[in-house]
Amino acid sequence: MTQALFGQLFLGLINGSFYALLSLGLAVIFGLLDVVNFAHGAQYMMGAFAAWMALTYLGIPYGWALLLAPLAVGLVGMVVERTLLRRLQGLDPLYGLLLTFGLTLIAEGLFHHAYGNSGFAYPVPGWLRGGVNLGFMFLPLYRAWAVGLSLAVCLACWFVIERTKLGAYLRAGTENPRLLQAFGVNVPLMFTLTYGFGAALAAFAGVVAAPVYQVTPLMGSSVIMVVFAVVVIGGMGSIGGAIVTGLGVGLLEGLTRFWYPPASSVVVFVVMALVLLVRPAGLFGRER
Amino acid sequence: MHRFALALVAAGLAAGAAPAPAAEKLSDGKVKLGVLTDMTGYYADLAGPGSVLAARMAVEDFGGKVLGKPVELVSADHQLKADVASNIARKWIDEGQVDAIVDLVSSSTAGAVMPVAAEKKRITLLSGPGTTAFTGEKCTRYNVHYTYNNWALANGTGREVVKQGGDSWFFLTADYIFGKSLEEDTTKVVKAAGGKVLGAARYPSPGTTDFSSYLLQAQGSGAKIIGLANAGADTVNSIRQAEEFGITPKQSLAGLLVFITDVHSLGLEAAKGMYLTTAFYWDLNDETRKWSRRFFQKHGKMPTMVQAGVYSSVMHYLKAVQAAGTDDADAVMAKMRETPVNDFFAKNARIGPDGLLRHDMYLARVKAPKDSKQPWDYYQIVKTIPAAEAFPSVEAQACPLAKR
Amino acid sequence: MPGRLVTWGWIALLALGLAAPFVVYPVFAMNVLCLALFASAFNLLLGYTGLLSFGHAAFLGASAYTTGWALRSWGLPPELAVLLGTALAAALGLVFGALAIRRSGIYFAMITLGFAQLVYFLVVQLPWTGGEDGLQGIPRGRALGLFPLDDPRTAYWFVYAAFLGGFWLLHRAIHSPFGHVLRAIRENEPRAVSLGYDVARYKLLAFVLSAGVSGLAGGLKALVLQFASLSDVHWHRSGEVVLMTLLGGMGTVLGPSVGALLVVALENYLADTGSWVTVITGAVFVACVVAFRRGIVGEVRALVRRSFTGGKP
Repeated sequence: MTQALFGQLFLGLINGSFYALLSLGLAVIFGLLDVVNFAHGAQYMMGAFAAWMALTYLGIPYGWALLLAPLAVGLVGMVVERTLLRRLQGLDPLYGLLLTFGLTLIAEGLFHHAYGNSGFAYPVPGWLRGGVNLGFMFLPLYRAWAVGLSLAVCLACWFVIERTKLGAYLRAGTENPRLLQAFGVNVPLMFTLTYGFGAALAAFAGVVAAPVYQVTPLMGSSVIMVVFAVVVIGGMGSIGGAIVTGLGVGLLEGLTRFWYPPASSVVVFVVMALVLLVRPAGLFGRER
Repeated sequence: MHRFALALVAAGLAAGAAPAPAAEKLSDGKVKLGVLTDMTGYYADLAGPGSVLAARMAVEDFGGKVLGKPVELVSADHQLKADVASNIARKWIDEGQVDAIVDLVSSSTAGAVMPVAAEKKRITLLSGPGTTAFTGEKCTRYNVHYTYNNWALANGTGREVVKQGGDSWFFLTADYIFGKSLEEDTTKVVKAAGGKVLGAARYPSPGTTDFSSYLLQAQGSGAKIIGLANAGADTVNSIRQAEEFGITPKQSLAGLLVFITDVHSLGLEAAKGMYLTTAFYWDLNDETRKWSRRFFQKHGKMPTMVQAGVYSSVMHYLKAVQAAGTDDADAVMAKMRETPVNDFFAKNARIGPDGLLRHDMYLARVKAPKDSKQPWDYYQIVKTIPAAEAFPSVEAQACPLAKR
Repeated sequence: MPGRLVTWGWIALLALGLAAPFVVYPVFAMNVLCLALFASAFNLLLGYTGLLSFGHAAFLGASAYTTGWALRSWGLPPELAVLLGTALAAALGLVFGALAIRRSGIYFAMITLGFAQLVYFLVVQLPWTGGEDGLQGIPRGRALGLFPLDDPRTAYWFVYAAFLGGFWLLHRAIHSPFGHVLRAIRENEPRAVSLGYDVARYKLLAFVLSAGVSGLAGGLKALVLQFASLSDVHWHRSGEVVLMTLLGGMGTVLGPSVGALLVVALENYLADTGSWVTVITGAVFVACVVAFRRGIVGEVRALVRRSFTGGKP
């Protein structure tokens, strides 16, 4: 009984750390660019695929993929920002959502065409194989690593944004980009870099997720829906809020899986409805 | 509409100018087969392009013509979606003059297409799906369930596993008609053999890739056997993840539907010792080896039972059209029922009034790596299950057509 | 544009709609009508109220399943079954709408998407929806107890009549004082508030109306295809209706229908190519958003206006 409970909670924590990473990236992009990046899920998927392709075609191992896949996807993201997203500046932010939705369809369709739907297994790197029996639960090493790594990256992001000068620019840009421009900061470049960074973060989550889930073209869209709900629940106001809400939702799903498994896929959306009823701006949000 | 008008004109001209006695019996002057399968999804490996190839080989081996007219072959990807499958079938029949639809892997698509085809008097030749009810309460007059069904799997693998001491079960079930049918059939067998069933975790399929939370439920049940009521990529993933969570040495997995392509992607190390029930294995005898090697040369993989079944069913259909002298569905169905199937796939097998082809099945065990002498040398055949035992009797079927 | 020309244009369109099943495959034509109605209902929100719902498939799908169930298991006559589905969709719209309009803009889109996912997973899990298999073998029955809908053309005219009814309702709503308030909200919400309008109520009413007519479309679709499936509640469907509206021209009366015709034709034509449909749909989406925001009808209208006013805007 306890074994099952801890097991499900741990699985929830894994999901939660991916939610946290993704909603963090979403919040950073939205904060500065006013774009809800629907393509975040596709970028997560592309990260996983980049890692898988690197391993399969070039023999590049997991460790390097952690670095290279986000870089590659981040570059693609920057090109997208420069060539497409930039044209929508000043328009209703809804167009940003629609554009990135279209991009998602293109990416999913292309990968589906090239690789089919059933996906590929990304092997767990040798040094992270196996697991430990903790008595109250069995802990597969790689999954523990995935949680730890994701949380570390989340915390690092939080630190950079909330506590450093770079982060101060970012926060200032969120409040008033024009003023920042007047201070001599190259705001358009900052936009490009921020979007690229968000995309890279999603891709990073994708690489970490690759050995846990299958690498499939649709892996992103199933997760992005939940992340959107996470963002509504937490509100997009704060980085810390995004992280906490992401983890919380993951754990809640785990608990539901233990008590009543069929409800686990809907519980997030029910919570979203409840939060809207009580606090329309989200748990950590403020009305903009 | 244009095409329809043109066809009418063409047919009129043909009838007026050169009356070919045999061709008159063919609707639209040709026989057209449609392979409707999963080209890119979870079952693409076990059916998919291999099924299309098998059908094409059958048409070519038949000579490419029947009753002096060319046999046409089309194929499409139903993406495992029931609505897509039924739309394609409708389009094929209404606009494309397709006479028979082949494979229909995944029961949800077969279940959607069968009534559409039957209503319009077109034949369905099921090779991929397993749902037992297709020749039971869901049976139609124009359907042949050709390769295997869940009843046969449960009675082959399920019975053997209980006999080996696996008397408490928990199911990991793909939550759609096929998985539920397989779970139901196996539950009956387990209970009849004195075992008990402790529960089931049903997951959305297709689409689930992470089985860990369901596996933890299975682990928590304490059952000796975790029965995998799923197929294709799902089976492979659940076996891999059971190993990752340290479940497998303590509890055993029973793959109720395992294809040779699944064993191939798992590798013998992970799959060794597993029992499975199959309608076909390439290395049974000279005939199967000869056909399978031809298939292998074109496809790069040995055929699954579904793909072999597609070949055999298309061949049987074309022979029936030839013998009946028409592609009229009633006449062809009668001919197919009348004539036993005798080829590399099945010996003296007959299609019952319920539409089920009853043939021998094989209980096999996956070899350990050290026993495998050549590529694709994966199975050791434990026993042959004769047709009469392998499938439910006509009387046991809830098909109204069988109750005459 | 001269009024008489417009009237004749409408009459020609009506006649074209009436004659369609003699020219094209009736199931295709019916599918176009259903989705055109769906897109028109969606347009009431996006085009006239400025609300982007990203979860409209929930209403289409919920009604499709309800209608299908009522036809198959309760043996209700088709017109009642479709009305039942419509009512359910409107009720669902009331609940979701009341919650979703508490936020606006981008949040509104994400919230509606979330609710649609809720419906999707419910449909996946509930025992009577058939999960992955869908609700199959829905009988078409007899309309008003008289006309057997198994005849494709009779079915088409039934759908056509229902389409005209729904379309007329939307048209009336848009051109009523209610519609003018909606447009005022779209243009400048704070101003509408300061003019003393209860904006929330107007938005909610528009949402419910839109959900209900989407439900009508969904019920008809289940009747026509004799099938309710997960595709009807999937987010792809929600995206598709955005595309139809955008491509045809949002905020125009005919735009969504033109968009629906094009998208359905595209999907039908490319059905055998599998994933290319998704890629092309995505590319059209991007093109519309980046370069072509007025849509086809919007562009044509702008062109016509320019030529009528002699180049002056």
